[in-house]
Amino acid sequence: MDLALKPEHKAFADEVRAFARENLSPATREKTFSGKHYDRDDHMVWQQALGKKGWLAYTWPKKYGGPGWDVTQRFLFENVLAEEGAPRILPFGPKMVGPVIYTFGTDAQKERFLPGIRSSEVSWCQGYSEPGAGSDLANLRTRAVREGDHYIVNGQKTWTSFAHWGDWIFCLVRTKPDAKPQESISFLLIDMKTPGVTVRPIIMTDGAHHVNDVFLDNVKVPVENLIGKENEGWTCAKFLLANERLGIAEVPSSKRGVSVLRQIARAEPLNGGTLADDPAFTAQIADVDLQVQALEMSELRVLSTMAQGGAPGPEVSTLKVRGSEIQQRIAELTMEAVGEYAQPYQPGMLFQDTNETPIGPDHAPPAAPRYFNMRKTSIYGGSTEIQKNIVSKMVLGL
Amino acid sequence: MDLSLSDEQKQLQEAAERFVRDKYTFENRRKIAASERGWLPENWAQFAELGWLGMAFSEEDGGYGGGPIETMIVMEQFGKGLVLEPFLPTVVLGGGMIASAGSKAQKEALLAPMIEGKKQFAFAWLERQSRYNLADVSLKATKEGAGWSLSGHKGVVYNAPSADHIIVLARTAGSAREPKGLTLFIVDAKAKGISRRDYPTQDALRASELTFDKVSVGADAVLGKVDDAFPVVEGAVDRAIVALCAEATGCMDAINAATLEYIKTRKQFGVPIGKFQVLQHRMVDCFTNAQEARSMTLMASLKIDDKDPTVRAKAASGAKVQIGKSGKFCGQSAVQMHGGMGVTDELSVSHYFKRLTMIDLMFGNQQHHLTRYSNLAMAA
Ligand SMILES: Cc1cc2nc3c(=O)[nH]c(=O)nc-3n(C[C@H](O)[C@H](O)[C@H](O)COP(=O)(O)OP(=O)(O)OC[C@H]3O[C@@H](n4cnc5c(N)ncnc54)[C@H](O)[C@@H]3O)c2cc1C
Ligand SMILES: Cc1cc2nc3c(=O)[nH]c(=O)nc-3n(C[C@H](O)[C@H](O)[C@H](O)COP(=O)(O)OP(=O)(O)OC[C@H]3O[C@@H](n4cnc5c(N)ncnc54)[C@H](O)[C@@H]3O)c2cc1C
Repeated sequence: MDLALKPEHKAFADEVRAFARENLSPATREKTFSGKHYDRDDHMVWQQALGKKGWLAYTWPKKYGGPGWDVTQRFLFENVLAEEGAPRILPFGPKMVGPVIYTFGTDAQKERFLPGIRSSEVSWCQGYSEPGAGSDLANLRTRAVREGDHYIVNGQKTWTSFAHWGDWIFCLVRTKPDAKPQESISFLLIDMKTPGVTVRPIIMTDGAHHVNDVFLDNVKVPVENLIGKENEGWTCAKFLLANERLGIAEVPSSKRGVSVLRQIARAEPLNGGTLADDPAFTAQIADVDLQVQALEMSELRVLSTMAQGGAPGPEVSTLKVRGSEIQQRIAELTMEAVGEYAQPYQPGMLFQDTNETPIGPDHAPPAAPRYFNMRKTSIYGGSTEIQKNIVSKMVLGL
Repeated sequence: MDLSLSDEQKQLQEAAERFVRDKYTFENRRKIAASERGWLPENWAQFAELGWLGMAFSEEDGGYGGGPIETMIVMEQFGKGLVLEPFLPTVVLGGGMIASAGSKAQKEALLAPMIEGKKQFAFAWLERQSRYNLADVSLKATKEGAGWSLSGHKGVVYNAPSADHIIVLARTAGSAREPKGLTLFIVDAKAKGISRRDYPTQDALRASELTFDKVSVGADAVLGKVDDAFPVVEGAVDRAIVALCAEATGCMDAINAATLEYIKTRKQFGVPIGKFQVLQHRMVDCFTNAQEARSMTLMASLKIDDKDPTVRAKAASGAKVQIGKSGKFCGQSAVQMHGGMGVTDELSVSHYFKRLTMIDLMFGNQQHHLTRYSNLAMAA
């Protein structure tokens, strides 16, 4: 056991850093550090650069076009990119539907869909949740009825992140009414340009538009877009959720968040000095810093088990719970560091590239909106309550 | 000891409840928030008519002889409706300072019309470097003939876009952060040399950054004593804090009620989610938190007129600590229990959550007031 990096890993980290410096646009990078929202291009231009390099689908096996990295390389890749201010890779293609396709899809489906995901030429969104099916995902109602070589799909998906940027949506649909989820749900890929697909924005607390309702009204989907067997989509669905939970702890960006928070504390004036002189405040930063370290080490332990061929167990739920609490805490402390100047609301500075100047310090405009927005992290990807139910049942046997 | 409301106070409470019910439905509030001014003149006129603008002032000041309990009653209902009219800056802060430090002439010229609904105020104390230190003031007022000239910057001045007069805290003597050497000036909002940058706040109120460039005022603009404004300001801010605490208790009641209703009706896994014990306990904790908030607010309202400034300060800081803690708990819990719906702009929960969050940041957050309380308690 050894925490120190081998020389070849150091060289790898340098290579990733050099790549990021060369390919990440300064404007995108600036948005990361100032907490502004990215637009579609910020994500796509960056992801396409990663795709060209063969690094976008970095968790995939070599066989499907992944780089074949070991656990240490993945760890370094994620951390270096976060330090350099890269936007997180949108997970819907490379981390969600991609692995489902190469695990459950036919050769024809792999050939058709994987290249677009690896290159980020095609963007994806996740059509799982519905108004009546949030935590209780199996309660989903969207119906797909087979008619010849097509399915006719009717229903409503909701909370669909980035559906307004999506070329394709992967959906859970019910192909058999009134049966157990294990026997009635299918995993279907739908081209968003198909007639009958309508996207309606949902505006969040901070005024942002990330999520949407997606209405499916007599949408005609070719049967060759079905992944796995009809009525066996629940297996794909759960496989994907386990992967989703693993990536969602966001340790690298929380590490960056702690360091940005310390910079803000050093810049915020307090009684002639700065907030960094206030031990009551800096101790709270230290506390969350240590929580991040514990989380990171826990995540590394899971990854190391996986490297030896083990599968991520239901324990990963604890990582998701802690990861979201930490993100929320960092956002909360950042807002408190800003103090009274967190009160002005400047949507122009958050969502648009305007020439508006910040009302308070540069770091002020996103502070409160980010705090509001980060409440989502304990709700999406399986809420904290649901994750704890999983741990108590699957790990503790309660 | 008697903690019950008088008949008049009960009537006041009912009237305020009625106002909120009639005028502040969620959709109405959305419209008011989006309007040019951000509040409605007809509502302000109604406040005047109902006597709310004068209720907390003595009869000799032209008021109706009430006090902090009346303010508490009305502010609590305002919290339930997330009322946007500038009651706090105009009446509690502006009116409060004029009543406590103003000359007879100032009261006649400003307080009387304020009570009639004809004048509004804003209080400019914060500067970029001040954080929560009321004495960290560098905007300078220098003698100019018989009067004064003001130069400097003020930030996050609530209601500055609508105010007729701005009450400005300025340094007339002493060094940075010295409580001695501060003076209050009542300045015409349209005075030459004042420039404004207006904006909405996170919780849909209106505020401004103000720049004072050699703004000339007469000797009669001084509110209270030259160099000796700090005790007046501290008292007024403590009162504003207690009023904010009352508003926060109203917010908490409303957000708890909305959440309780939601978890009784939202079904997942075939049952209302309120059947899950983890949510039941969290809901119970929300109610306990709101109870504690109400108790500390009441205590502070009863102590805020104490002759001993330390008693007053401890009560205000103590209540603010509780409100910070309870407001955060109720706000975060409400959002969590609403699931995805909680993080959208569509339901009222997120709006209460924003207001509760901003209340914590106003005039010193939980941590700041814990330290202030602790220092006062240790010194005793
Ligand atoms: C910002 C955001 C982005 C999202 N993106 C996507 C996306 O791209 N694609 C997609 O398909 N979905 C997405 N979602 C949906 C997300 O997965 C759901 O919001 C989540 O599963 C919770 O469902 P719900 O919102 O219906 O809440 P509900 O399930 O109604 O939950 C409400 C509350 O009840 C609690 N609760 C529910 N059941 C239990 C139980 N058994 N025991 C204890 N407590 C319980 C919950 O924990 C929560 O506190 C997103 C959500 C958000 C907020
Ligand atoms: C110092 C002391 C003095 C006492 N004095 C007296 C006395 O004078 N007279 C008397 O009659 N009794 C007395 N008791 C007994 C006391 O009332 C019981 O200990 C108490 O009711 C809990 O019962 P239990 O110890 O069997 O724990 P259990 O009931 O077995 O509970 C164990 C744990 O499970 C939890 N739990 C149980 N049911 C639920 C549920 N439905 N939902 C969620 N959690 C649950 C409990 O909260 C607890 O954490 C005393 C106990 C103590 C420790």
